[in-house]
Amino acid sequence: MSSATATKRPGGTRTPRTVRPARPRGPDFGAWFLVLPALLPILVLSVGPLLYGIALAFTDAQSGRTQSTRWVGTLNFQDLLHDTLFWDSFRIGLVWAVGVTVPQFLLALGLALLLNQKLRFRWLARALAIVPWAMPEVVVGIMWRLVYNPDAGILNETLRDLGLGQGHDWLSGLATALPAVIVVGVWAGMPQTTVALLAGLQNTPRELHEAAALDGAGAWRRFRTVTWPALRPVALAITALNLIWNFNSFALVYVLTNGGPGGRTRLPMLFAYEEAFRYGQFGYAAAMGCVMVAAVSVLIALSLVRRLKGDQDR
Amino acid sequence: MSALRTSRPARIGQYLALLAYLVFLAFPFLWLISTAFKPAPELASLHPTWIPEEPTLANFRQAFDEQPLLRAAGNSLVAALAAALIAVVVATPLAYVTARHRGRLATAATGWVVISQAFPFVLVIIPLFLILKNLHLINSVPGLVMVYVVWSLPFALWMLMGYVKAVPAELEEAAAVDGAGRLRTLVSVTAPLLVPGIVATALFAFVTAWNEFFFALVLLKTPEKQTLPVVLTHFLGAEGVADLGPLAAAAFLATLPSLVVFAVLQRRIAGGMLAGAVK
Repeated sequence: MSSATATKRPGGTRTPRTVRPARPRGPDFGAWFLVLPALLPILVLSVGPLLYGIALAFTDAQSGRTQSTRWVGTLNFQDLLHDTLFWDSFRIGLVWAVGVTVPQFLLALGLALLLNQKLRFRWLARALAIVPWAMPEVVVGIMWRLVYNPDAGILNETLRDLGLGQGHDWLSGLATALPAVIVVGVWAGMPQTTVALLAGLQNTPRELHEAAALDGAGAWRRFRTVTWPALRPVALAITALNLIWNFNSFALVYVLTNGGPGGRTRLPMLFAYEEAFRYGQFGYAAAMGCVMVAAVSVLIALSLVRRLKGDQDR
Repeated sequence: MSALRTSRPARIGQYLALLAYLVFLAFPFLWLISTAFKPAPELASLHPTWIPEEPTLANFRQAFDEQPLLRAAGNSLVAALAAALIAVVVATPLAYVTARHRGRLATAATGWVVISQAFPFVLVIIPLFLILKNLHLINSVPGLVMVYVVWSLPFALWMLMGYVKAVPAELEEAAAVDGAGRLRTLVSVTAPLLVPGIVATALFAFVTAWNEFFFALVLLKTPEKQTLPVVLTHFLGAEGVADLGPLAAAAFLATLPSLVVFAVLQRRIAGGMLAGAVK
């Protein structure tokens, strides 16, 4: 962004006469010609379905009989209000989103701070940090099932070696399933967060650090007064995005537990998927989608308000 | 410089922390590889070891016997290549216009990018399912490609806008002053400078499509049409009881293409993502 405004400005302040000859005369058909190829599929396959999906939430559409679909008003939403299973999954979705996002952020921040130092083997950590990012989510899920496997998994074997119990079926235990999938979520999403924070760190001016150090500021004080203020916009943006992505996640938990045991890891997306494509309740599932969008919109609104406030303070 | 020299105990602490991170990041992946090369008796052992005592390729053979992995990889390749190519061809002009002109269109485009990140896909997949069904494109790779193109457009747009902004507008103005027309400027000045960015974006779109699971799960019904991630879940079986060796072998193979792309493009992907994302 900053480079863009920097490069734009000279053109704007120059006397118009030197630039203008190249501008096309008449209405700007060129721009529309360039925009249309993308705009068309976006409207037809993205914005269209979104509106269609919202409309479906007010119908009794089912997979078997889409012909005789009727408008039912807010009936789906009224049913949803009383659907304790849905609210359970909504709550699990919130616990999962926060439970993944917060440790992920703290760990990624630590790793980014380390990778920003001149350490040997830093390249190895940078290379490794990319691995979870490159893996298909399905493979991440499969991989961690191998780790968590009660008999043949490395986790229980390590615990046995350390004399800590005879092993546990982590993904099937009512109490351990959600924490176990949260660990996987943290692992899987760390790279993006680390890369974003690392870039933020590299934008903080080194001279400020040195000046603060010369003034006798300790590591924590330097972090609080120099590093964090520079990092804050990136940190807030990536945290808001992570919360949204995690709340809407599907593949990882589908492979790890498929929502079990007893619905303890049934994220809202898993619930809506089953409702739509196992039971064929398209209208009802669409209503769930609407509620999820509403929840996420609140989050976006909150972060926007914070940003606007921040701008005013400056 | 000297003011920032770290004390010796702090250094040791840093290396210990780095080691802990390396272990956390690496151990599941190493375990996957170890499991993939273990013979059946070792997998059944109650005391699994890190390094296979008698490494074998039998799991890979068995994986190919049990599931149509080659055809699934072929489907994934076709879907991901087509989606990446179309997405880039379609997104580049839009990215150019939105990056160069600030106006209502640019605001709308960035707004759409942000909003599209927040969609729970279930709200979009039901209508898409119905639309594709009416077009008889359910259970077909072209139908999936259409969905992938739209799904990867926001991110492609985001990355490409960053790359366009990195091309100095002065270069285009200079060409214009020299009498080059608008199209000529685009083709002979801007486009060549954008090529590396376009390639990086295409590869990123390729990897996201190669890894994608949800849309493929919903839209592809028969094993002949399914992509690799969907076929992988068949190894898990109905009750979640899995043949660990072939499962690990197939999962390991499915990761290789994305790993190669990421290894080659590590810097560019991070840079491109940040060019857009960090505003």
